[in-house]
Amino acid sequence: MKRKINYVLLAPALLLSLCVVFIPGMLTFVTSFTNWTGVSMSMDFVGLRNFKEISRDWIFWQSLSNNVSWMLMFLTIPVAIGMLTAILLQHKKRGRSIFQLIFLVPYVLSAVVNAMVWQGIIYNPIFGLIGYLNRNGWQIPSLLSNSGTALYAVAATDIWHYWGFLTIVYLAALRQTSMDQVEAALIEGSNGWQLYRYVYFPSILPTFKLMMVLAFINSFLTFDYVQLMTWGGPAHATEMLSTYAYSFAFSSMQVGKAAAVGLIMSLFGLIASIVYTKIAIGEGV
Amino acid sequence: MAVSNKATKIRNSVISSIVLVFFAITALIPIFLVVINSFKPKLDIMANPLAFPKAISLNNYVRCWEVANFGSGFKNSIILSGCTVVIVLFAATLAGYALAGNRVRGTKLFMGYFMVAMTVPIQLFLFPLYYAMSALHLVGTAVPTSFIIAARNLPFAIFLMRTFFVGIPKELEEAARIDGSNTRQLLWNVMVPMVSPGLITVSVIVALNSWNEYLITTTFLQGMANYTVTLLLRGMESEFNSEMGLMMAGAMIVILPILLFFLLTQRYFIDGLVSGAVKG
Repeated sequence: MKRKINYVLLAPALLLSLCVVFIPGMLTFVTSFTNWTGVSMSMDFVGLRNFKEISRDWIFWQSLSNNVSWMLMFLTIPVAIGMLTAILLQHKKRGRSIFQLIFLVPYVLSAVVNAMVWQGIIYNPIFGLIGYLNRNGWQIPSLLSNSGTALYAVAATDIWHYWGFLTIVYLAALRQTSMDQVEAALIEGSNGWQLYRYVYFPSILPTFKLMMVLAFINSFLTFDYVQLMTWGGPAHATEMLSTYAYSFAFSSMQVGKAAAVGLIMSLFGLIASIVYTKIAIGEGV
Repeated sequence: MAVSNKATKIRNSVISSIVLVFFAITALIPIFLVVINSFKPKLDIMANPLAFPKAISLNNYVRCWEVANFGSGFKNSIILSGCTVVIVLFAATLAGYALAGNRVRGTKLFMGYFMVAMTVPIQLFLFPLYYAMSALHLVGTAVPTSFIIAARNLPFAIFLMRTFFVGIPKELEEAARIDGSNTRQLLWNVMVPMVSPGLITVSVIVALNSWNEYLITTTFLQGMANYTVTLLLRGMESEFNSEMGLMMAGAMIVILPILLFFLLTQRYFIDGLVSGAVKG
């Protein structure tokens, strides 16, 4: 039944999203071809100059490569921990919900808190755990201010914050697996590995794929932990496309360039969101 | 055979418990360090951050509350999260209903749009939005900022509410129509009570998202008087980075309400996390 009122009901959500996301998104597209500073009212079209200059900037390539390293870490480490803990929890009847709660604690805390806690009480060379170990005979370099380790130190914090979410999602998916199939496999004499390989994993595959796509998208958007812990430093060793764009927009007032970087980020996101949408609609979620 | 089978089972169960406990400790140890060190003077933290406090002293907490302006921070956080939740609930419930079933032409197109809007980077719209709002003198305070965070959370909420509306049998709506309800009465009196678990889930997730939000709030909230608790904690770092006890007390003040909220709403929170990723 198509009543006119239904369009009115859709209007608030659509208008809000158009005003905040779509129209500014289109403006970003236009701005990326200009030399707009953000504050002045005038701007000139400069064609592809922003993109050309960015492509000649080593910091851009450094950022992109950091985003790719980030992606490789996030597509493996938390996935492995999440899957392992989910499978173990599936067999733990007693204490399952308490483990779920504990695993989610880092996930519900804000990035500001988590970053501060790791910076202050773990990585800090004077007050932190690392400082304490070093005073007692260890020789751990300053992880966040060393350009060889900073990216991994920040990623460790973000992974610590994130993996519990995967555990919960995987566990929920595992528990949706049809018991009939599991019992049939058991009757046919499947061992544990076969059971997971041929029954559970195919059953959770849609969820697994969605989570991989989301991790892929988010790897190209990641901002909070990097900006909070290193601000892209030392010497751009942890620079990400997001922090690179952010400093163009708000430090050097080159909004045109910031927009160009934002557009490039969106491109990565868009490819992944098309895949995501395909999977999501295909699975009917 | 039976004996060795049982022995294997017990062995496996012990190993799995050890692994789970290991990860539980990993998840909690940083928080544990915050707790113990929040009661210690800074020299004791320097001496050994792993040691329990010699005495429970609330000095850090009292001083932290005084210097960090947390009272105003909590007020701003509540306004920000409250407004965001109200906006999202209102817009997403109506849109979720309109997009469930076949009520509007182009349903697929709208769904596709919201799917993309959910996954685009904030940097795609942040910069023009910031400078436009700044030209309109809307930058700085919590209420305009909550509209931005609401727009960011809308798609997820719409999809979730939509699945609830899809689950309501058509007959119910037809019966209400025959009884003479108009759309407003139908939604308010019949539908909303039936989708209330969805409304709670959306509220819980959106409240936490907006309470914890960083990129949008750090860009749009300006001046200490407008800072949320998380931004105030962030602000403390530059001034008090050598006062580790004080910082840890600050972190506790920010952590405790979130943990309490999480414990109270865990069921809805987990439902919200899983929805959209797991069918059924």
